[in-house]
Amino acid sequence: MSGGNTFLGMPAFPRNAAAAVQDSQLRFNLRKATHTIRGKRASVVAELPDWTELRAAGKEIKDHTLRNLERYLLQMEEAVTAAGGHVHWAADAEEANRIVADLVKATGETSVVKVKSMATQEIGLNEALQAEGITAYETDLAELIVQLGDDWPSHILVPAIHRNRSEIREIFHDKMADWGRAAPEGLTDEPRDLADAARLHLRERFLSTKVAVSGANFMIAETGTLVVLESEGNGRMCLTLPETLISVVGIEKLLPSWRDLEVFLQLLPRSSTGERMNPYTSTWTGAVEGQEFHLVLLDNGRTQVLADEVGRQALRCIRCSACLNVCPVYERAGGHAYGSVYPGPIGAILTPQLRGMGSALDASLPYASTLCGACFEACPVAIDIPEVLVHLRGKARHPRTERLGMRAAGWVFNRPARLARAQRLGGRLRRFVPERLPGPLSAWTDTRDIPDIPAESFRDWWNRTDGGAR
Amino acid sequence: MRVALFITCVNDTLFPGTGQAVVTLLRRLGCDVEFPRAQTCCGQMHVNTGYPEEGTRLARHFVDVFAGYDAVVAPSGSCAAMVREQYPRLARVTTASFAGEVAEMVPKVYDLSEFLVDVLGVTDVGAYFPHRVTYHPTCHSLRGLHLGDRPTRLLEQVRGLELVPLPGAEECCGFGGTFAVKNPAISAAMCGDKVRNVTSTGAEVLCAADNSCLMHIGGTLNRQRAGVRIMHLAEILATTEATR
Repeated sequence: MSGGNTFLGMPAFPRNAAAAVQDSQLRFNLRKATHTIRGKRASVVAELPDWTELRAAGKEIKDHTLRNLERYLLQMEEAVTAAGGHVHWAADAEEANRIVADLVKATGETSVVKVKSMATQEIGLNEALQAEGITAYETDLAELIVQLGDDWPSHILVPAIHRNRSEIREIFHDKMADWGRAAPEGLTDEPRDLADAARLHLRERFLSTKVAVSGANFMIAETGTLVVLESEGNGRMCLTLPETLISVVGIEKLLPSWRDLEVFLQLLPRSSTGERMNPYTSTWTGAVEGQEFHLVLLDNGRTQVLADEVGRQALRCIRCSACLNVCPVYERAGGHAYGSVYPGPIGAILTPQLRGMGSALDASLPYASTLCGACFEACPVAIDIPEVLVHLRGKARHPRTERLGMRAAGWVFNRPARLARAQRLGGRLRRFVPERLPGPLSAWTDTRDIPDIPAESFRDWWNRTDGGAR
Repeated sequence: MRVALFITCVNDTLFPGTGQAVVTLLRRLGCDVEFPRAQTCCGQMHVNTGYPEEGTRLARHFVDVFAGYDAVVAPSGSCAAMVREQYPRLARVTTASFAGEVAEMVPKVYDLSEFLVDVLGVTDVGAYFPHRVTYHPTCHSLRGLHLGDRPTRLLEQVRGLELVPLPGAEECCGFGGTFAVKNPAISAAMCGDKVRNVTSTGAEVLCAADNSCLMHIGGTLNRQRAGVRIMHLAEILATTEATR
């Protein structure tokens, strides 16, 4: 995963998280939002008697598709082409950005509207277009807030989760005029007022822009159909009004057939917004009613993930964000700490696989979890996130002191006699253990006391008393 | 039935009282428990921190030590879950013979409360503990082993014990093994919320089936001089009117 270089050079997760955890506004917003969605999700999932079967079916369909990805991708290409669309293959971010920029330039336009698309954020499309003199306008409400605020998204489903309404009012008031129609006079921070301001601002944009860039939630190989699920209807306008539509979609978004879509139309809304069904579901096949249609199929590291037998399950992800909303680490660190458009538990396994673990940040992501398992339990396609985290930790580079410590511990544990000797040494030195430990272990004693070290280990007690018999 | 106690390295080294309580309790229930002296550590810390080779070596040692027993009882949800969930994964990338040994071992490994409720078929173990207690289910007991209400069913039968529900019980305490020192800020923030929930119950004792989580929560409770003490489930269940 290259591009999206806004995150380049960020420190490792623990440092980002340590700063975020002290931000009382962020903590309040995240606690409130994640707990609300968590509760809604739990109740709409509980009302389906066949949720377990749906979840298993979702996993199976995705696994089958990924095993036969080449076949379904070619089928998709053929069907889209037959329906009058154009299909482009992009191996990486640079190629995808090049293709989109050239397509836009060919129309002679200098602006595009966008419906929320994680894939284009992943490749840094907006920045790449900007460099070519093309302005991309975000039209999803939350994405608009993020763009106007010169900010980064911090959640998959609710990208502006870190902002509250008075902050949004400020952003609208100060920045809307720079991007188009200014905010109305006397704008308040009432949600209705804010939505009205966004509607006026965006409506003008929709009616005047001739090129749109979208993502997709699903692609159906049998008919070459793309599917977008959304709440606001802004996506529908983005998809239908412009004369040229360019969709940038990750190759793992495929489903073989419409029958398979049925499963995901139940899994996705209930897992993401906690609704039985989302308000808008748009589907389109090839070029519709004179609109020119281009599909850019994006790899950008995905085939490399597919080659990893344990890690590949991350490609089942349908971007519902249920794992974020149940994650105690995400709830306290927020999305920005993960330094990627994919935050939270899924980001902790997806980002290091897509980008590799070369940077300090990416190498720290598999450790941004207590392995509590709440994410796996909530995942609608049964991605065993803790399993992948542990797997990636096994491939990460480790700090030297840690390596030495782990090797020493392994040496002690390899022989019971060594363990017994270490325990006796600890027992003898117990009076000399300071309240605050030095070095990396100070991370323990900064906030916690250490337990009293017993004079005698269990094994010595057992040996001395013959298991309590003496 | 040959029953082995897998004490776990944390209990062996830091909480011998928990092991003694397991021995007392199982003997009282008529079960003769052995302590295979060659045992050391299940390898969880190594595997979960990213050292699968060292972890696999310890897993092999574990399987060698405990192979001859009908049941292996561990007073730790996360160590039992390590054997049950992670050993098969480690074995998958080693040899077929080790995978076979692991497959044989896995169904014989029990967390203490599973062994009591499912194998011995008891929930009233004859314990007496006249205190107000709240129970933290710990993640690996809850989502790894799916212990469900077994521990609380055992506690409910303890005479004199007042069990008070813990708000937000299913949320992780923030220990996570080396997570506690690799991400100390988040770990402390999570524990802060856990401790707030614990003290809100007015309990004297915080009980769990895992001393490593308790060491983390208890360390924070102590630092705050909260006046709540930690006890492993085994220690409460081992207490009777005669022994207290």
